[in-house]
Amino acid sequence: MTDSRNDRSRLLLSEDATIGRTVAYCGVLTALAMIFSYVETLIPINFGVPGVKLGLANLVVLSGLYYLRPAQVLAISAARIVLTGFLFGNGVSILYSLAGGLLSFCVMLLLRKAGGFSPAGVSVAGGVSHNIGQLLIAMLVLRTVHLAWYLPVLLVSGAVTGLLMGLLTGRILKALRVPY
Amino acid sequence: MNKKDLLLTAAVLVLAGIFAAVFCLQPHKKPVMVTATVDGEVYGAWDLSADLEVDIDTEYGHNHLSIRDGSAQITEADCPDGLCMHQGTVREGGEMNVCLPHHLIVEVLTEGDESYDGLSQ
Ligand SMILES: [Zn+2]
Repeated sequence: MTDSRNDRSRLLLSEDATIGRTVAYCGVLTALAMIFSYVETLIPINFGVPGVKLGLANLVVLSGLYYLRPAQVLAISAARIVLTGFLFGNGVSILYSLAGGLLSFCVMLLLRKAGGFSPAGVSVAGGVSHNIGQLLIAMLVLRTVHLAWYLPVLLVSGAVTGLLMGLLTGRILKALRVPY
Repeated sequence: MNKKDLLLTAAVLVLAGIFAAVFCLQPHKKPVMVTATVDGEVYGAWDLSADLEVDIDTEYGHNHLSIRDGSAQITEADCPDGLCMHQGTVREGGEMNVCLPHHLIVEVLTEGDESYDGLSQ
């Protein structure tokens, strides 16, 4: 097990990494998150409810919260949303994704810092807050509170997909030998 | 997965159940109209019992609404995600089809609905 430290420093960004290495590393992770977003568009599951998604890109964001600085994770998440928005979406879909992405980032960071939760719990909160953020934007854009009708569906789907992604993230962190 | 995770997940599910129960336990009223709303402004309102084909054309794009047998459904749309066409029919009070890219809500109104009262004036 003596070389496990070396394995880790090769896989992860160390505290004293140069700016060049940091930028390159965040770039690679952004690309990975974009691939996840793309793969998700290929999955032919259509829930009919806008905003209900698996959230594969959150694997990168959530695991990043355990071995990157918050600012780096935020940069990766925002870059992923804007870039995939331009590639596969439109101006409006970027607005929705940003609202969901930013709210879930803040909530997940808070829970991660608060302690006591494993990645699964952090991810459930992230999934739920992502959907609530999107619902709030939809209420603003469509100027109606009637959309609250979707709240139960969005809460359940956020919890279920969040839990799935959180359990997966736990496995990823184990493979990367990141303590959590 | 630890105890706190489970508690959080359970709390969210219970909350969802409470919201769903509150929405479902509202007294059932007779559905009478279907309205299309764009940006919160009423685009049109139609008798739900009529058989109608309606084109909804706005600055955002085109949607086609089919009203028949007391139910309504968006059957055509040129929006980028096409989600509105996969939401099935709406027939009960409060049920809705939403096209986010086109800022459109198609909603069933019942007797005594605030917005219905406003429309019938
Ligand atoms: Zn649509």
